[in-house]
Amino acid sequence: MSNKTALYAQHVAAGGKMVDFAGWEMPLHYGSQLNEHHQVRRDAGVFDVSHMTVVDITGSQAQDFLRYLLANDVARLKTRGKALYSCMLNTHGGVIDDLIVYFVAEDFYRMVVNAATREKDLNWIQQQSQSFEVSVSERDDLAMLAIQGPNARQKTQSLLPPGLSQAVADLAVFQATWEDAVAQSHGENPGWFIGRTGYTGEDGLEIMLPQAQAPAFWERLLAAEITPIGLGARDTLRLEAGMNLYGTDMTEATTPAQSGLSWTLMWNENRDFIGRDAILPEKERSEQVLVGLILQGKGIPRGHQSVLIGDPQQPSAHGEITSGTYSPTMKQGIALARIPAKHGAQVWVNIRNRNIPATVVKPPFVRHGKILHSS
Amino acid sequence: MSNVPESLKYMKSHEWLRDEGDGTVTIGITEHAQELLGDLVYVDLPDNGDELEAGGECAVLESVKAASDVYSPVNGTITAVNETLVDAPETINESPYEAGWICRIQLSNTGQLDGLLDAAGYLQILEDEDH
Repeated sequence: MSNKTALYAQHVAAGGKMVDFAGWEMPLHYGSQLNEHHQVRRDAGVFDVSHMTVVDITGSQAQDFLRYLLANDVARLKTRGKALYSCMLNTHGGVIDDLIVYFVAEDFYRMVVNAATREKDLNWIQQQSQSFEVSVSERDDLAMLAIQGPNARQKTQSLLPPGLSQAVADLAVFQATWEDAVAQSHGENPGWFIGRTGYTGEDGLEIMLPQAQAPAFWERLLAAEITPIGLGARDTLRLEAGMNLYGTDMTEATTPAQSGLSWTLMWNENRDFIGRDAILPEKERSEQVLVGLILQGKGIPRGHQSVLIGDPQQPSAHGEITSGTYSPTMKQGIALARIPAKHGAQVWVNIRNRNIPATVVKPPFVRHGKILHSS
Repeated sequence: MSNVPESLKYMKSHEWLRDEGDGTVTIGITEHAQELLGDLVYVDLPDNGDELEAGGECAVLESVKAASDVYSPVNGTITAVNETLVDAPETINESPYEAGWICRIQLSNTGQLDGLLDAAGYLQILEDEDH
């Protein structure tokens, strides 16, 4: 059984090459993945991300529950609308999923989790919530669009419902705004909810809106020359931006420290969170780290290829590419790789039995249209 | 349906072959194959003089999405490779049957051409894949 978003007909009409993604029929590209990538880096594009799972956590203990459930600390969110990126860990410290949580009110938080992990996430959250005064509700009545690129906000503003245009113009980074009815009804009302967040390394918005209104809004965006972007470009954009993809760059078998995500952990004295004890030994340092690689020779690194440390003929240690691609902005191969913490400035990637030199860098590779590392 | 020129021979794995009539053949990938791969960004070409076996790997094409092997339809020796692909791999997307050729091979056994698909046979394979 394959799911379709509220915008399926729009994708087909725009020439989308539809593929299965986590049980959803989604557009891989609309003609050229490379052109779509450049469009987002240079102007503005729109992604249908309605397949992602929106979960509302409401109730008097919403904050207490999320402080226990998540490895980052929602108590850091002091002003309404602020967003936080966090891992959700199992008791062994493995990553069940990564997510964004928005602070709507003391008794109302909204989370966005991955489509591919929907069922296990919802089960886990439900199970863990049993001893808290909270309710967990999946918002499958909402469509979600990501509008990304240097001109995304400015082009989108005038197309929004009255009242939200000005709020979006004033919106801070990693901050959300919404229609009054959303907060007043504790989320019962499926009104518009807009965050200045994204997965591309560019400025932009993520907009949740009632499904019935999504097709007309999509048409207005296209008329404003915000062009549709498929999942293919979404992956090259996020990798250039140094953002992890769940399922490849981190899984339940890896901890946040082994996935370049130590910065998302909050070690408050008095806060117990799921997985805390298991990852405590890695608080200071981890044996394995996630790094960025820029390939120095011709070729394109791909997931699961071997990384050689030291002399490639007699490597002192090995690592593995977790995701790799051709960077359309840098015009060379880039990757995220999990390698030993002791690695040196240059490593080798084994591509079809040839060892290609690669420079180790700290992600991101590209941000706000600029290449951050000279090769 | 994708463009499949009558004058060429084909393999099930989406390579085409043109008989140059002088004991050499030119090979490339079909329009359907380049559509499947998407935007090509890197081509790993063979070297002049490389010996090939029918069904063996003769080049690797990388699109943004994935790497894909190109197989030689015949036994023979490489006599030319399309150097323009090194800096412009997208030529294969733009002109898979002409400017986007991959290499030329001196045949060691001309009889091998008879075993390849003609345009109708290849079209049948595309249709079967579709269903």
